[in-house]
Amino acid sequence: MERKGFFGRLKEGLSKTRKNITEKMDQLFKYHNEVDDELLDELEELLILADVGVSTTTKLMDKIRERVKAERIREAQKVRHVLKEEIIAILGEQEEFNPRYPAVFLVVGVNGVGKTTTIGKLAHMYQKQGKRVLMAAGDTFRAAAIEQLEIWANRVGCQIVRHTEGSDAAAVVFDAVQAAKSRGIDVLICDTAGRLHTKKNLMNELEKINRIIDREYPEAHKEVFLVLDATTGQNAVSQAKMFKEKVDVTGIILTKLDGTAKGGIIIAIKSELGIPIRFIGVGEGLDDLQRFDAQAFVDALFDEV
Amino acid sequence: MAFEGLTGKLQAALKKLTGKGKLSEKDVKEAMREVRLALLEADVNFVVVKDLVKKITERAVGQEIMQSLTPGQQVIKIVNEELTALMGGTQSKVNMAPNPPTVIMMVGLQGSGKTTTAGKLAGYFKKQGKNPMLVACDIYRPAAIKQLQVVGQKVGVPVFERGQKDPVQIASEALEFARKEQRDIVIIDTAGRLHINEELMEELSKLKSQVKPHEILLVVDAMTGQDAVNVAKSFDERLGLDGVILTKLDGDTRGGAALSIKAVTGKPIKFIGTGEKLEDLEPFHPDRMASRILGMGDILTLIEKAQASIDEKKAQELERKLREQQFTLEDFLDQLQQLKNMGSLTDIIGMLPGVDVQKLSAAGALNEKELVKAEAIIQSMTPEERRNPSIINASRKKRIAAGSGTTIQDVNRLLKSFEQFRKMMKQVSSIEKAMKRGRFRFPFL
Repeated sequence: MERKGFFGRLKEGLSKTRKNITEKMDQLFKYHNEVDDELLDELEELLILADVGVSTTTKLMDKIRERVKAERIREAQKVRHVLKEEIIAILGEQEEFNPRYPAVFLVVGVNGVGKTTTIGKLAHMYQKQGKRVLMAAGDTFRAAAIEQLEIWANRVGCQIVRHTEGSDAAAVVFDAVQAAKSRGIDVLICDTAGRLHTKKNLMNELEKINRIIDREYPEAHKEVFLVLDATTGQNAVSQAKMFKEKVDVTGIILTKLDGTAKGGIIIAIKSELGIPIRFIGVGEGLDDLQRFDAQAFVDALFDEV
Repeated sequence: MAFEGLTGKLQAALKKLTGKGKLSEKDVKEAMREVRLALLEADVNFVVVKDLVKKITERAVGQEIMQSLTPGQQVIKIVNEELTALMGGTQSKVNMAPNPPTVIMMVGLQGSGKTTTAGKLAGYFKKQGKNPMLVACDIYRPAAIKQLQVVGQKVGVPVFERGQKDPVQIASEALEFARKEQRDIVIIDTAGRLHINEELMEELSKLKSQVKPHEILLVVDAMTGQDAVNVAKSFDERLGLDGVILTKLDGDTRGGAALSIKAVTGKPIKFIGTGEKLEDLEPFHPDRMASRILGMGDILTLIEKAQASIDEKKAQELERKLREQQFTLEDFLDQLQQLKNMGSLTDIIGMLPGVDVQKLSAAGALNEKELVKAEAIIQSMTPEERRNPSIINASRKKRIAAGSGTTIQDVNRLLKSFEQFRKMMKQVSSIEKAMKRGRFRFPFL
């Protein structure tokens, strides 16, 4: 039941994503029976349109051309399978994500990617598993960000540590860590203000917050999640690179996959930076956060329902 | 600055063409391949890229090039023209209602920056002497109303809200209230929504038919990828957009969305968001942006920025001095002291022609602390030395270093960078003169 629900929801959430690219893909294979240059060129276009990016697309297409030749692939349909295999090879067989408790999640990202909403969903996910969850309202910059997180905490029914707007974010996280320790919290989730990865001072602030967690709570299992908006284009690679440099991102959460954006950029990010994708956001509801599964993701992208 | 990446790539691609006396079709094709890749990496929509490259190639291998003495430059000129045309030619302004209030409706996806931009826009109009009002119609996102209230308070503009009531109802009450209060601009903030969410898009249609806005502005994140045109198209088909505001252009995004949206929907970009502060909103100038992309710099915006933060007389003086090569260390000091009002050093330098800001920052050349040092050094010079730095010999350098608490190396460095700056300005004015004579010369050639 649980499993069916998972795939069902993933497919439902991804249906738009899938439709756009697969519709084109289906058309493509309808008009081509045999593998030819035109088919491969159009396949390349589709990957670019999915935001996979020029260099990763080139890499994928080189692989496919190579295999078409080596394996003497004539049938157009077979190319689709080869493409799927190659994308999965990049995304990798992901190990199950199972944090040790107590755990601290630091959630970072640029403005407007959905950090606060994602934290609400994450908290709900762990609360449902019977964990004690605490949120730290570390976005002290944006107007009403604290209130927004507080509303989520009430919805989920978890605890929250907050200061006032404009106060020091590092101090909020410090207090939250102390509270987590004394209250026996299993999962502490720290919100941070959205910041463009090019703002040096803001990135240094983030580094400081990260350091405080390391120093004050070394016994906890720490994860740094970078939240990425699926509609983002090639800039997402730059975001991932710079956040990784500063706070050593350990996983990616891809949000807003319920739109028409294809989220192909995660393939480029995994390929270039090797950061695993942990969760995907597929809707506005509390339950619309899914564990990322490469096989299911690619299946949902390329297969009929 | 947003377009550095694209600028660098385009420059590299086009550089190969310059210096050639004659271009073969193969040369052009090769360069266009690079241009295509650069544009795609900048997230310019695939269809738009195809179209653009085709157009440029046609013109480049055609008559225009063959008859030109400097074919490389001619190609660059074509690219520049096509980029400008793609982004919409001239600046587009907000439609004002003949009978106030002018109603502006902000729409867009979640997280594109509608609420912040609504606040910035209100502040922008207030500065122009208007009497704006904000309306909170985002009844879904937790604390969205509160956010608009805080933003409104910061820019000193009142916010009309009625809690989680029906947005259509709220908006009509707000209009009535605005008329009574003699507000001349009403900015309606709506909830972020997916362009494929039937129910929420219907709500916007209803809102539109009820309040009949004079201007519907789509707020788009500049970092959006290939999907940007789908989003813009859907909102346009449903509501009939009047324009677009591009946000988060202060990152390192190459901003291909800006290039695509106008091309695909025909809707102009009216404003760009360039920072976190509430005054960081600028009118969009397509022609200037195109020259920024090509590395021609943006001297006009630079001068406008100066005008906004320095008084007009001084700005004119600065402009004249920049053009006439009479810029001295004294002016430099004056500028240093005013610089803080004009924004970050990186932004300002980024507007100068032929400067790769990313390389400079990487080399640590744009450290703000250096400014303090520079200030001290210039202040330790005599007025004569400031006007004519060539008289500064070794013993003067020693005195200046001692006086400013720096080293002779620091003094040398400052003098050298000032000299470079002067040379750069010389280049700018020669471009402008050349342009007046109808000949293009680009600084990176």
